[in-house]
Amino acid sequence: MKKALFSALTLALLYGCASTPVETEKPVPPAPPPVQAQPPVRPVQPPAVQIDPLKDPNSGLSKRSVFYEYDKYDIKDEYRPVLQAHGKYLAENRGKKMLVQGNCDERGSREYNIALGQRRAEGVKRMLVLMGATEAQVEPVSLGEEKPRCVDHNEGCWSQNRRSDMLYGGEY
Amino acid sequence: MTRPATFVAALLFLTGAARAQLTIEIIGGGANQIPIAVLPFAGESALPQSITEIVEQDLSRSGRFRAIFVGGVGPPPTEIAQVDFPEWKSRLADALVIGQAQRLPDGRFEVRFRLLDVPKQSQIGGIAFTLTAAQTRLTAHKIADFIYEKLTGERGVFSTRIAYIVKQGPRYELRVADADGQNAQSILISPEPIMSPAWSPDGARMAYVSFQNKKPILFVQNLTASKQPAPVANYRGSNSAPAWSPDGRQLAAVLTKDGGSQIYLMNADGTNLRRITFSGGIDTEPFFTPDGQSIYFTSDRGGSPQIYRMPASGGEPVRVTFEGDYNVSPRVSPDGKMLAYISRVSGRFQLMVMDLDSKQVQTLTDGQRDESPSFAPNGRIILYATDVENRGVLAAVSSDGRFKQRLGIQAADVREPSWGPFLGN
Repeated sequence: MKKALFSALTLALLYGCASTPVETEKPVPPAPPPVQAQPPVRPVQPPAVQIDPLKDPNSGLSKRSVFYEYDKYDIKDEYRPVLQAHGKYLAENRGKKMLVQGNCDERGSREYNIALGQRRAEGVKRMLVLMGATEAQVEPVSLGEEKPRCVDHNEGCWSQNRRSDMLYGGEY
Repeated sequence: MTRPATFVAALLFLTGAARAQLTIEIIGGGANQIPIAVLPFAGESALPQSITEIVEQDLSRSGRFRAIFVGGVGPPPTEIAQVDFPEWKSRLADALVIGQAQRLPDGRFEVRFRLLDVPKQSQIGGIAFTLTAAQTRLTAHKIADFIYEKLTGERGVFSTRIAYIVKQGPRYELRVADADGQNAQSILISPEPIMSPAWSPDGARMAYVSFQNKKPILFVQNLTASKQPAPVANYRGSNSAPAWSPDGRQLAAVLTKDGGSQIYLMNADGTNLRRITFSGGIDTEPFFTPDGQSIYFTSDRGGSPQIYRMPASGGEPVRVTFEGDYNVSPRVSPDGKMLAYISRVSGRFQLMVMDLDSKQVQTLTDGQRDESPSFAPNGRIILYATDVENRGVLAAVSSDGRFKQRLGIQAADVREPSWGPFLGN
């Protein structure tokens, strides 16, 4: 939460600076609420350099994964800013679709792990909808333990595999 | 072929070993194995495989027979009159198999064999087969089935087939093989995972889950037709864990289209979909009882994954497992009397069986990651997946826990075995 606010503020400040000359005629602008008042993407638009916010490493949107404890599906607080950024992005881009893939570590029943991965993905979806996405934009699915990112049989690997990934249309 | 009962009676009378073998499952050990001598069939070297070797391996692998050394006896007899019964009696054989193979003028072969009762010095039964060279292995399995049934009173499963998933590098395969792991054929090859193979009760179709579209989708493939299978459940979210009704007309499966993993029934072609569980939690791994009346499944509705039973038409579930905090993958034995499942015990995943009448539970395996149990169609053996040095392999254990066997399938990573049904009569 804090991080997202901070980066939003920084962005707003930067863009605010760039646009100050145009707005000087207005008398003493009463410090606008920085986040909502100025959609950050619009005013700049440098002609050549178009950074896709989904791939901009400085954007919360470039973060796509949520990690879990063993047998758990609750989303830790540290992932809220990321989910907030994606929820907001989906809200602002109603044409965008997202696939959330839930994953599990290799322990336990494969079929039960499909259900556990599904629950993880559904948790992410629920959060995204709270943050502004619509139900139709986000499809939660599960890969269970079938597509491990890391294949060793220890906690170092398992912790990487207990994960939900957010993929936008065209990325899967 | 018409006298199994009389022979069984004779063995009961004559040998204590056979008596224990036939009726008692819990007391154990090699003493209960029927000692059998499978003599080399005259002329079988013309066939691509040794029939007697396959028969002997089949019988030994079942855990219910002990092969008697057959060397050092001169040319193998082909007729009962040529058999030196006192010699086999002195080698402690209760049963003896003799036979011969001949090439027919049309290029096919004839294989005939006799199963003999050593103490009674009489014939129990025998069959003649006409076969092509390619049918050698199947013929050997059928001979082993015949012997098994005559001597134990139960059907043999050597000529049945198994399905399993192989992962080799980035490649996933759904394979079907003979029950001994030989003669494997690929049913499906995919760069994306394949899961949950399930035989239809008639052995003609296979349900499975494919990730070819980046999410689990349920397919049914006709094993006799080569056309591309169509999805039977491809709903929003995940589609998983198929199970056939015993009449082969319906599938139970887990869908998430209404939020949460819940169990649905559908016709085998995917039509007539209806939901049968209504929990806020996870309901998965449905499995029909052999009478088709009930469905066992895994649910975390009580806080941890446990096994429940409910009417197949829907209704109130009853909890079945209570020990421990992770009991999953229920499979009911073909006679409906036992439940095999996986339990997490001190971080290890082990195969258990529960006697459904007495609720008595027995631990069958001591692996780290045993999973995906599947009963042989005669209920005698449970096939499951385990790992050896971090590689997936298949293993089998007799359902009384006394006999264990690892399946000799050469492949990178083998998992999710599913034992097919009896074929024909």
